[in-house]
Amino acid sequence: MPVSIPKSGSVAMSVDQTTDAPVIEAPPRRSMSLQLKMGLVITGSIVLLGLLAPWISPHPWDTISMRTRFVPPNATYWFGTDEYGRDVLSRLLMGTRLSLTMGVSATLVSLAVGVPMGLAAGYFRGWIDEALMRLADVLMAVPPIMLGLLVLAVTPPALWKTALAVGFVYIPPIARLARSVTLTLANEEFIQAAKARAESNSYILFREILPNAWPPLIVEASLRVTYAILLGSALSFLGLGAQPPSSDWGLMISEARSFIDRAPWIALAPGFAMCLLVIGINLLGDGARERLDPRLKSRMGKR
Amino acid sequence: MTGYIARRLLFVVLVLVAVSMLVFGITALLPANVAYLILGPFAPPEQVRALELKLGLTDPIWQQYARWAGGFLSGNLGESTLMNRPIGPLLMEAVGRSMMLTGASFVLIAVIGVGLGIAAALRHGRPLDHGISVGTYLGIAVPEFFWAIIVIIVFAAWLGWLPASGYEPLSAGFTVWAKHLIAPTMTLVFGHLAHVSRLTRSGMIEVLQSPYVIAARAKGLPERVVVMHHALRNALLPTITVLALDFGRLMGGIVVVETIFAYPGLGRLIVFSIQNRDLPTLQAAILVVAAVYALASLLADLLYARLNPKIRFGRNVG
Repeated sequence: MPVSIPKSGSVAMSVDQTTDAPVIEAPPRRSMSLQLKMGLVITGSIVLLGLLAPWISPHPWDTISMRTRFVPPNATYWFGTDEYGRDVLSRLLMGTRLSLTMGVSATLVSLAVGVPMGLAAGYFRGWIDEALMRLADVLMAVPPIMLGLLVLAVTPPALWKTALAVGFVYIPPIARLARSVTLTLANEEFIQAAKARAESNSYILFREILPNAWPPLIVEASLRVTYAILLGSALSFLGLGAQPPSSDWGLMISEARSFIDRAPWIALAPGFAMCLLVIGINLLGDGARERLDPRLKSRMGKR
Repeated sequence: MTGYIARRLLFVVLVLVAVSMLVFGITALLPANVAYLILGPFAPPEQVRALELKLGLTDPIWQQYARWAGGFLSGNLGESTLMNRPIGPLLMEAVGRSMMLTGASFVLIAVIGVGLGIAAALRHGRPLDHGISVGTYLGIAVPEFFWAIIVIIVFAAWLGWLPASGYEPLSAGFTVWAKHLIAPTMTLVFGHLAHVSRLTRSGMIEVLQSPYVIAARAKGLPERVVVMHHALRNALLPTITVLALDFGRLMGGIVVVETIFAYPGLGRLIVFSIQNRDLPTLQAAILVVAAVYALASLLADLLYARLNPKIRFGRNVG
């Protein structure tokens, strides 16, 4: 059995490790918090519904039928129909995929750019740090939605461009977190050891630091997904995201605006769906954060 | 303190210069020909050429930027390509209307948010506390445009108390003016309460357990005095920073809210200029927003430094 050397390196502690109480005690196995469980259930079911959408949708999501316009919710059309007679529930289910794809892919973009930025800034320090972080400051000096609008203003709208723009907007917070995690890790002994072995910078960054930096980054990223979904749907709502006849939730709400007094269900269904998804992911992220690193909570709680 | 202010001011100026480059760069570098954007994809080439010359699009990019930035500094914001009107007055009008909206929302967010925070802290762990956290949590989770839809459904379509959209100047009568402001203000307030109330709550809970509050209570001071005079002043420190930042966030919120309520402010001007490919207006408007945003965070830092003796005196010594 390999004996782990305690960090403090004191000799007295490593004596009698087999018989006495272990020096580093395994944390007691905690059961999942209610928060985490609820988050898992809500997010999981929404993801599942989205995946199965083409098979479980009760009606075709894009077939126009003028005879069934503005049907209120009933046994056939659970959530009613819209101004083109399309089933709101089926559109909602198909839209789930778009919202999830938007949130996840935008966050992946932020991670792909932000994490290397933060790693480099926190590891090399000096002018690289200054330059990268001031760049982040500039990006953060414009409200996110404005930055998104600016990027999308000069190109014909499409959903992938919106995802790219949203990902771009949320690079700075990811970069900052990656930087602060790197700063703490860079002083750890195993990094000193790697440096002493004359490992290359890229080896240290991507093989030593990055694997240890993932847990807080993953948690933050999962929470970022909700920001991305909200911003993406707001941009779609403003006409700079998914285009008709797509059933993106933001676009659905936008199109339903004109019929709000006669058919409020068209707007309410995607709105509540979005709230549920955001709450689900938030619960999941917060729960995972507490479970993975209780210390992180106090540091990150203030926003 | 003076040195600190000077440094922060310099930083704001630098950030604004950088943002102006960003704004200009993104709109100029993206793979889209501005002249085609304005004239449409089927415009005859000679017409495109003429417009390019008129807008100076054939010059090198740094010359275009210098001309634009120079004009900005001398107060000449250029002309809206869509409305053929100078941008300055157009922008001022929109900013004024947006300020009414954000100003009203800001005051309400501060008063209601702090109030809810104090109430939650005093009932820490009781049903009222949980109710307030769930309620404000919803405020963050629900997208602004959906709040707006709910406000319209409830207050305009269902109850019929408020107009669903539009704007009336003050000259049309106070009640009419105010009625048009209420719905967008409500929407903005809902979406921003959570930050303020949560921070106030946690600050208050922390302060209420500190020795000097215990001492004040031990002296026999009435609870109201302890809370309002002794505890609140210190508990509000982080809240004030967030409040100033929230003012900046409101600048983002107005884009969606003004569009939904057809409120002719800065946010709607931005969306309108995007939809109509009016790049000069868009650039100027976004720069104004960035300036407000940067000033708000400057104000947050300065207020924090002013109110927190640790920073105030620390800087003086150094």
